Amino acid sequence: MRQFMIEPLGGTAGWEVAGYNIAFTNSALWMLITTVVLFAFVALGMKRELVPGRWQMMVESLTGFIDDMLEANIGKGGRKYVPYVFSLFMFILFANLLGLMPLGVVGVHPFTFTSHFTVTGILAVISFSIVLGVGFWKHGLKFFGLFVPHGTPLPMVPFIAPIEFISFMVRPFSLALRLFVAMMAGHLLLEVLSSFVIGGGNAGFGFGLLVGVPSFILMVGICALELLVAGIQAYVFALLTALYINDAENLH
Amino acid sequence: MDMEAAKMLGAGLAAIGAGLASLGVGDVFAKYLEGELRNPGAADGQQGRLFIGFAAAELLGLLAFVVAMILIFVA
Repeated sequence: MRQFMIEPLGGTAGWEVAGYNIAFTNSALWMLITTVVLFAFVALGMKRELVPGRWQMMVESLTGFIDDMLEANIGKGGRKYVPYVFSLFMFILFANLLGLMPLGVVGVHPFTFTSHFTVTGILAVISFSIVLGVGFWKHGLKFFGLFVPHGTPLPMVPFIAPIEFISFMVRPFSLALRLFVAMMAGHLLLEVLSSFVIGGGNAGFGFGLLVGVPSFILMVGICALELLVAGIQAYVFALLTALYINDAENLH
Repeated sequence: MDMEAAKMLGAGLAAIGAGLASLGVGDVFAKYLEGELRNPGAADGQQGRLFIGFAAAELLGLLAFVVAMILIFVA
């Protein structure tokens, strides 16, 4: 499908480094746009006015939200992860929302790069490496105690440890898969519904009234749902990252 | 049976999994709302757990979608 196609922009298709293609694609372009929009959004709220304006309130309530979440899930030691989790949350949120923007009506087609497993996979791997890094840095080899929950009877250890190990190793996959599939499924659904609208409209007045109009109404509803999903998925990604960091920070 | 037809049938059957996951997600929110109405004071502190339960239930539905996509486009 066209909206998921990654294509090189403006004659960069041939750019190579050590045999690997590094073309500047529409995916990279929208990552750049997301970063710039995010930077502008936060920078406008960092004026540190004594009486905060609307914009500063918006930014501060978002940082406060992440701060509260980390404190609730990790405890006092969670504050040092606010920069990472806040950037992660806002980047995913802005990417999801920018990908939903109806810019197609003015001829600019947004590209939702979170609907690609490579992008979400890298984000998940970054989170997972932070968990591993913090775990081994703070607890050394005791970090392997994570695979044996507290109070496991000795005969059960050979059975519990592999299960815990698998459930630990599968985390980056589930983290990446959730975001990628949720975004892709949402966009696919919108595409299918819009094809109903267009096909129904082209098939004549009767079909347009019978198929096109209900599909269009449903599509408006699904768009609202997609805005909700964009927020929830960003939140869930940040929340699960916080939980995984909690495992590394306070070994149970 | 024709291979292509079998793939399409399998992808269609995978949609059952997505539907069942919707039951699970609905149950997560329904139980949360039930508890919230019984004890509104304790509800705000449990929102994180609500979303963990939601994420776990949803993931299994999304896996059904992945199975369908693999059957259609990859296999």
